[in-house]
Amino acid sequence: MTNVSPDDLKFQEFDEAADLLSSNPGASTLSISSPAAAASSEEVKVDLSDDEDNQQESSELLGGEKQTGGFWTFEYYQSFFNVDTLQVLDRIKGSVMPLPGRNFIKHHIRSNPDLYGPFWICVTLVFSVAISGNLSTFLSKMGNTDYHYRPEFHRVSIAAVTVFLYAWLVPLGVWGFLMWRQSVERQISGYTFLETVCVYGYSLFIYIPTSILWTIPFNWLQWLLIVIAMVISGSVLVLTFWPAVRDDTKLTAFATMAVIVSLHALLAVGFKLYFFQVAMYTGPSHSVQQITPASNHTSLTSGKPQ
Amino acid sequence: MAEVEESSKPLFAGLSDISISEDIPVEGDISVPLGSQNADNDLSTLDEPVKDTILRDLRAIGQKFVHVMYPKKSSALLRDWDLWGPLILCVTLALMLQSGSADSEEDGRPQFAEVFVIIWFGSVIITLNSKLLGGTISFFQSLCVLGYCILPLTVAMIVCRIVLLGGSGIIGFAVRLIVVTASFSWSTFASTAFLADSQPANRKALVVYPVFLFYFVIGWMILTFSPSH
Repeated sequence: MTNVSPDDLKFQEFDEAADLLSSNPGASTLSISSPAAAASSEEVKVDLSDDEDNQQESSELLGGEKQTGGFWTFEYYQSFFNVDTLQVLDRIKGSVMPLPGRNFIKHHIRSNPDLYGPFWICVTLVFSVAISGNLSTFLSKMGNTDYHYRPEFHRVSIAAVTVFLYAWLVPLGVWGFLMWRQSVERQISGYTFLETVCVYGYSLFIYIPTSILWTIPFNWLQWLLIVIAMVISGSVLVLTFWPAVRDDTKLTAFATMAVIVSLHALLAVGFKLYFFQVAMYTGPSHSVQQITPASNHTSLTSGKPQ
Repeated sequence: MAEVEESSKPLFAGLSDISISEDIPVEGDISVPLGSQNADNDLSTLDEPVKDTILRDLRAIGQKFVHVMYPKKSSALLRDWDLWGPLILCVTLALMLQSGSADSEEDGRPQFAEVFVIIWFGSVIITLNSKLLGGTISFFQSLCVLGYCILPLTVAMIVCRIVLLGGSGIIGFAVRLIVVTASFSWSTFASTAFLADSQPANRKALVVYPVFLFYFVIGWMILTFSPSH
């Protein structure tokens, strides 16, 4: 026998089992908890590293593991639609009922951001805002004999441009800002771009029932609905992004939160003012005059709503 | 190189022993039955009168219309897909929906291009969505199904125009509402019957919802169609 050192006979701890598994996901493993061994190894990582210290490493690791194939292959995009019906419903529920302490990304998305939810919520929001706006204009002018019903189909295009710009450009800005702060101060943890888009997309869901309820032609009710929707949806965003910026300087943290909330408020108020106008006037000539000034006020880039 | 030749000689040495003896007859005929039939078919469809060709295609389109109106689990719609039916339906619907008046800016009705783009773009996006969610249906089959299932909505549009000829009162609106709602749910049900089989079971609702939204928007465009005075 060749010389065997006593170290060889000692029990060796394989504490890199999770790393071995993640490097070779096809390896057959015995998994006690769930049948999908490769997926559960990622989830185990997220659950163990729920404390803020390990947040940065885990989000970076999991962000890197998402790339299956190049961006020109179909499978790359298929990995963003890897959700079931129940998962989508669960995420929508989480966006409507924000509980303090439950980070939307950590709790609901869990390193599986999808593009199904944000995209179809945006499309539904576009059509619900346009249709409800059309309906509310019709209802408010129904008694007016001079009024001739118009479908106002061009508003769909305006709503579509607004919603999709908001749902893609604002997460891009927020993500870029967080990445920049992360490079400046190491203890800031950021989210991947897809997770940011996901949070913003699901947070827009509350506006769909709100826009349908806006057809009820009471001004105080409409403003009350705006406040409720902004509180719920804004708190989802605040709860998500506050852990990412709270390690920064106080000024930057509060400024970031204020910008996020105010942009969200601007979107809601802009929708209300442009699409839903309670009739305070009589006669078709007044209606034409009313529409054009409001459209000037709803440009999101400049001006403040009255 | 010389080394290779040296080593290859024993490999190929046995080949010289193999020879085809002349007394084994090699005969027979090689015929490809399908090929000859295809060649015959091509020649025959070139020779047939144009009326036969057009009637054959029209019969195929008509058969698919019947399949849509009475949706059964038959695979004829999926197997022999064609895009003529959707094109005819889409153009008909867009022509009937467009505003013909000069002051089309004030009217706010959907333009021909808008209806066309919504129908085709919407079908493409729904097809991409179902494929990304892991569906097994092919791209053009799905376009074909979604386009053919617009047929109930086109019928509803014709009915609405006829109802509107009698004046746009509240009864007419109620009739139009019932007709459009019935046809939009018929369209959704028909296309779901064809499309839902190709999806994994836990994602069926994710695929059906965009189809519902698509036909709902088309139904709203039909319902809000008002004649220009």
